[in-house]
Amino acid sequence: MGRQLLFEHINTPGIRGLEGYRANGGYRSVEKALRTMSPEAVVEEVKASGLRGRGGAGFPTGMKWSFLAKPPGVPRYLVVNADESEPGTFKDRYLMERIPHILIEGMITSSFALGANTSYIYIRGEYFYVARILEQAIAEARAAGWLGRNILGSGFDHEIHVQVGAGAYICGEETALLESLEGKRGNPRIKPPFPAVKGLYGCPTVVNNVETIAAVVPIVNDGGAEYAKIGVGRSTGTKLISAGGNIKRPGVYEIELGLSCDEFINSDEYCGGVDGRAFKAVVPGGSSVPIVPYELFLRTAAGEPRLMSYESLADGGFVSGTMLGSGGFYAYNDAQCIVRSTWNHTRFYHHESCGQCSPCREGTGWMEKVLERLEHGEGRTEDIDLLWDIQRKIEGNTICPLGDAAAWPVASAIRHFREEFEYHVRFPQKVKDPKHFAKEPFVRNANFATA
Amino acid sequence: MSARTRPITTTEGTRPFAFSEAALAECRALMARYPEGRSKSALIPILHIAQAENDGWLSVNAMDAVAGVLGLQRIEVYEVASFYSMFNLHPVGTYVLDVCRTTPCMLRGSDDVIAHLERKLGVHCGGTTADGMFTLKGVECLGSCGTAPMLQCGAHYHEDLTIERADALIDELRARNSRTNYTDR
Repeated sequence: MGRQLLFEHINTPGIRGLEGYRANGGYRSVEKALRTMSPEAVVEEVKASGLRGRGGAGFPTGMKWSFLAKPPGVPRYLVVNADESEPGTFKDRYLMERIPHILIEGMITSSFALGANTSYIYIRGEYFYVARILEQAIAEARAAGWLGRNILGSGFDHEIHVQVGAGAYICGEETALLESLEGKRGNPRIKPPFPAVKGLYGCPTVVNNVETIAAVVPIVNDGGAEYAKIGVGRSTGTKLISAGGNIKRPGVYEIELGLSCDEFINSDEYCGGVDGRAFKAVVPGGSSVPIVPYELFLRTAAGEPRLMSYESLADGGFVSGTMLGSGGFYAYNDAQCIVRSTWNHTRFYHHESCGQCSPCREGTGWMEKVLERLEHGEGRTEDIDLLWDIQRKIEGNTICPLGDAAAWPVASAIRHFREEFEYHVRFPQKVKDPKHFAKEPFVRNANFATA
Repeated sequence: MSARTRPITTTEGTRPFAFSEAALAECRALMARYPEGRSKSALIPILHIAQAENDGWLSVNAMDAVAGVLGLQRIEVYEVASFYSMFNLHPVGTYVLDVCRTTPCMLRGSDDVIAHLERKLGVHCGGTTADGMFTLKGVECLGSCGTAPMLQCGAHYHEDLTIERADALIDELRARNSRTNYTDR
């Protein structure tokens, strides 16, 4: 087991309450920052840590913070993105429901660094019960003087509010989130201006993922340099991975970045291997990242062992690599059908498209229809090239990354599993049974003329 | 048309709606969380309260009442209510079963659970049983992929579903016969 920075006390009884959290070293980062550090020094520690945004994009957090505009007399905001809607991702929910105070602590310390006196947690509406847990933690923290006016006699005031959404994947995109927080439809904004200059209510705003803000706690406690010792290359520290799909041990794991992919998926400490069949494919970072065959998850195209890091998973680009993304990991066994899964992915993106940009609004629906007919044995050979063409015309042509996120699963499925799409066209009767590969797994590179 | 723009129901527009005193107090407390002039930020939380006070769905009258509380144009409320999938724009059953159907749940058997519930309840996803007890909804990823398949009913997540557990849940809810809302504590 690697070092546990966020999960060290996850199973300690009473850790959900302030008393238990405090007894296990909680709120030390607030004491250290407010009593002994300047806001700039906290930002420097975060820069030194090499921490990258844990929501999926992996942008360096310290750099994001340093872009925050500071016009005099204008309030600044920290907004925590707890919208967690990327399929396969459930790490933030797990963290918030078990150790809510680590998020509250991280928000106070981070807000001190940013000079924000008010911060908001935007949490997806489906997590209403988690919002209640956070509200209780905030009330406890306020009663104990960790929130409110003049915290620890430092002169720093801070309030945290929880805001619930109401069911919209797009609100995980930071500008859509801000629109939603302002009481509007979740339509992403055109950037620039970036939120760091013009965010919530037109004021400078930093939007960070739950896990990112929680990681500020160990970074301030132990120093950025200490955090940066963990990991490999530019992938420093630990990462929460939520693992699901056809594995023996689904759950949330805190890994040191740089752990071998083989160990992660097969060792009993983590996923525990496949659930009784054979692995076929892996989506390592949420549904938006490219799906890769199991062999390409274990090893790069050059035959190097693949690591759980931003760089190693992306090795080979979109030809043979994928992405760490949000850490929403799910694996497929050989009973699964890639066409069915791609249809499912695409239905999701069509349902979640906000409708602002034509390539995404129309393209996702079009791809969904084509995939539906392919999966039901009603497709044509040209449909495969048609799908390729549509996804190419969505990618890069939309205001926000949802368009890319809808395109990549389709592109990677065709790139790596084209024969499976062709099989659906050539053997329509066989694919009429929705569980067509459960009885007779599809064999890649086989001459399926005899199938 | 975008899946994110759904028609509102005007046929039931004559049904009266008024917030309870407790709900109004909660609305005012929510509005006070935001800076001067920014109370529109409370729109989504207040729509959740209105839905809970209107048998689980947002009628035109309920949305108009929300506009009144916040001092907004009615269209500002309609356009938001119709965007977010947790807001029901048509009458729903006593229980709304939000069954996750997204890929990670599909890999762990959500198709079977949905097909079973459709058979058992005699409705397709989106439909409400004739006795008004259950509305079955196929929804997108609820962030419970490690405990899939799963469904949400009110504020509760029902995880690691099997056919047997789904049956037991239906029986239990039917016997209890009291509405659940997302806002339940």
